[in-house]
Amino acid sequence: MIEFRSVSKRFSDGTVAVDDFSLLIPSMKTTVLVGSSGSGKTTLLRMINRMVEVTSGEIEIDNKSILDRNPVQLRRSIGYVMQNSGLLPHFKVIDNVATVPVLNGVPRKAAREQALALLDTVGLSRELADRYPAQLSGGQQQRVGVARGLAANPNILLMDEPFGAVDPIVRAELQQELIRLQRDLDKTVVFVTHDIDEAFLLGDQVVILEKGAKIAQVGSPTEIIAAPASQFVADFIGIEHGKRALSIRKTDRGSILVDGEGRAAGVLVDGSAA
Amino acid sequence: MNLFIEAFAWLFSPDRLVGSSPLPLLIGQHVLYTLVSVLIAALVAIPVGYLIGHTGRGREVAVGISGAARAIPSFGLLLLLVLLIGVTRKPEAAVISFVLLAIPSVLAGAYAGLEAVDRRVIDAARATGMTEWQILWKVEVPLGLPLLIGGLRSATLQVLATVTIAAYIGLGGLGIPIIQGLALRRFDAMLGAALVIVALALVLDGAFALLQHFVLPRGVLAGRAKNVRTTSSRRRAVMGFPIEEGKG
Repeated sequence: MIEFRSVSKRFSDGTVAVDDFSLLIPSMKTTVLVGSSGSGKTTLLRMINRMVEVTSGEIEIDNKSILDRNPVQLRRSIGYVMQNSGLLPHFKVIDNVATVPVLNGVPRKAAREQALALLDTVGLSRELADRYPAQLSGGQQQRVGVARGLAANPNILLMDEPFGAVDPIVRAELQQELIRLQRDLDKTVVFVTHDIDEAFLLGDQVVILEKGAKIAQVGSPTEIIAAPASQFVADFIGIEHGKRALSIRKTDRGSILVDGEGRAAGVLVDGSAA
Repeated sequence: MNLFIEAFAWLFSPDRLVGSSPLPLLIGQHVLYTLVSVLIAALVAIPVGYLIGHTGRGREVAVGISGAARAIPSFGLLLLLVLLIGVTRKPEAAVISFVLLAIPSVLAGAYAGLEAVDRRVIDAARATGMTEWQILWKVEVPLGLPLLIGGLRSATLQVLATVTIAAYIGLGGLGIPIIQGLALRRFDAMLGAALVIVALALVLDGAFALLQHFVLPRGVLAGRAKNVRTTSSRRRAVMGFPIEEGKG
């Protein structure tokens, strides 16, 4: 469990990125922070592993303040996956995955063996182990990034727009992979994205943020879609227009669902399927 | 061409192995002054350059100082130092002026090497729990090594060329035949010694080129090989600012 208590962040140039933010992030669930750029979502994420220090307020992991932990030790205990994979270009795939265990003092050989097993976990062929990151595709690099994040077997996995830079097909694949992984591994995942569809797909708990990390709404995807808390949320999730605003239109062959722009989006099936 | 033939005749004459300053000794002195000076410059400039590159602080000061140091005329500095610290300490004076000549290039190579490392890679290294020392040694130093070697390479060539003036204050090296030859109008000796300096420069430059190739981290090389056809290796002839679309 991660708890933000009245957390604020003011950068040295005076910008207030986060203002009096409080949130409870439940264990073994995926919490998605979603908002447009400038909503402070990445700042919030990076506060958890002290890549950004809070100006005021407190963050606790399992009721212990993170300020009592050494930042380096804290980061080694938390998996971190970033947008551009952040792999070390001069390390082979296998050594990239084994980075954190080796830092923690696991013998290199054991760490490599464990890393090979992790390649299986994230759906990468073991043949890629001796390649360098630059020799992999973007999607493969992201998988390596996820494997590295899991290597020290952390309870918490922070993911900063990890699928933002790959093409839509690979992104869909990686999203399904993450859902599968999460079912098997039960990590506490904190996921940052600006893509509301991704948020609803992956999140058990979705946090919609406005400027300055002001919480517009917290809830499960169902709760948010069923009852948007404000006009901002309704606009953000596109409930009144666009592809989430579906309406029934009668045609000669039966009823179909059309989106806000009048394009056919699907059919209405019998309620028993739901 | 006559002069060249005379110069080679001077070079390969058996007289070059005897006398008060045989050619192999001069070469040895020349190379020794060069290497000692570059080594001292490296010991001073690399730690400072790494400090600047890692912290990102003090860059302006370093650029300013090394710019100014580049503008110092070595010959004038050498004579000034001999006058200041005394004629009994000529070798020290010479080494100090050569070290000052070498420092700007080495310093620039050190901090530019670190600055050239992708910030996102460093950020990821820190986020995975590397200490600042581990970031420096495991990430920044290996990835910045090619530029550092490049700095050492140009420093070595500059010093090698400049060590010639050491002969002016009687310290030996390949400047001896040049400076004595000037007074005696022995153009064959002057050209012969100059040719040896050129040959030494080419050999050292080649050695550094090889070293630079071998210290290039393997993964970086792999990335470049993959992109081999995406950009032209030819230098761009057009000068000016790159077009930045979508700005302004």
